[in-house]
Amino acid sequence: MAELNTDGGGDKGGKVRSKKQNAKVDLTAMVDLAFLLITFFMLTTTLSKPQSMSLGLPDKEDDPNKKTDVKVDENRTMTILLGDNDKLVRYVGLLATPVAGGTPKDFVYGKDGIRKELIDRKKKVLEYTGNKEKGIIVIIKPSKKSNYRNLIDILDEMAIVDVPTYAIVNDFTPEETKLLEGK
Amino acid sequence: MAKIKMKKKSTSTDMTAMCDVAFLLLTFFILTATAKVPEALPVDTPASTVQTKLPESDLATITIGKGKVFFDLKGREVRKRALELMGEKYGVTFTQEEMDKFALMEGFGVPIQSLSQIIALKSADRNKVEQPGVPKDSLDNQLKEWIYNSRIANIETNDKELQIAIKGDAKEEYPAIKKVMDILQDQKINSFSLVTGLRGKDF
Repeated sequence: MAELNTDGGGDKGGKVRSKKQNAKVDLTAMVDLAFLLITFFMLTTTLSKPQSMSLGLPDKEDDPNKKTDVKVDENRTMTILLGDNDKLVRYVGLLATPVAGGTPKDFVYGKDGIRKELIDRKKKVLEYTGNKEKGIIVIIKPSKKSNYRNLIDILDEMAIVDVPTYAIVNDFTPEETKLLEGK
Repeated sequence: MAKIKMKKKSTSTDMTAMCDVAFLLLTFFILTATAKVPEALPVDTPASTVQTKLPESDLATITIGKGKVFFDLKGREVRKRALELMGEKYGVTFTQEEMDKFALMEGFGVPIQSLSQIIALKSADRNKVEQPGVPKDSLDNQLKEWIYNSRIANIETNDKELQIAIKGDAKEEYPAIKKVMDILQDQKINSFSLVTGLRGKDF
């Protein structure tokens, strides 16, 4: 027998033979547990990172007298007013003289609401200018009563529709305020 | 008739190698995972389809919810330095122990004068205390100073410009968000991130 006997070598008489134990342990349960934990840690580490949306704002002009107004073609602009209770009004062109079909109208957020209109207008503006560089310009005007979700929703729409130029403008004309309040 | 005896095959496979690999991976994931710190001001972020992830470092998060503003900063060294600069500015001294504790803390929403009380609390108790938010009005604009000093601290420590993320509650009214954006814009920070949740493709 190739067994190492580590007996002290004292008594030769009573040999105690230890029972031969099975060296193999059933590892199935252990592996199960390990893989469960791996799955858990993998999913939690990759999904816990929060999403973010980057937003660039134009430089703020400190001196109100130094305002440099950039003239844009009113046929390219669409103004979106955000009101309370998820109200959304848009008009195309100037408020006093909107372009054809661009009179102030209420829309809802999402796929069947403002998205269709945005895609439609984007195409029309491109047809009108005939220049890929000059796409639609969307002006977002969140009112004081609108909430943060509305702002994110509309910025998300900009990202989905891929609007080339959009801006968040904070000043309201009295007519626009009336438009949001009026039914 | 000769009886053919089928060799009985063992049904158990040797799992040792599999077990080794599984535990190696498990150790890796446990070590790389960062424990989620409980948020000081829980907010419900609005969802969006944009899938950009936030950076892991060089980031300051401004949480806006319930009319209060909380401030959080990533990086231990940056936090320490920012606290030191803020202490100098407002004439509040912090001990070395307080700074070490602050470095490991989550976001906070108290004026600098009462910050040491919050630091002294245990992390489990911090969320139970009603924190009033970082003052941001024109008389006592501590949020502005926090942002400003954090930027300095980040440049000194990491030699990188600090990124700002705004984490707003979905129901928060726009003027509250705008106020924070204005504070940022006053410091010529014109681009920042808005933290959003995940939304399905079919929106």
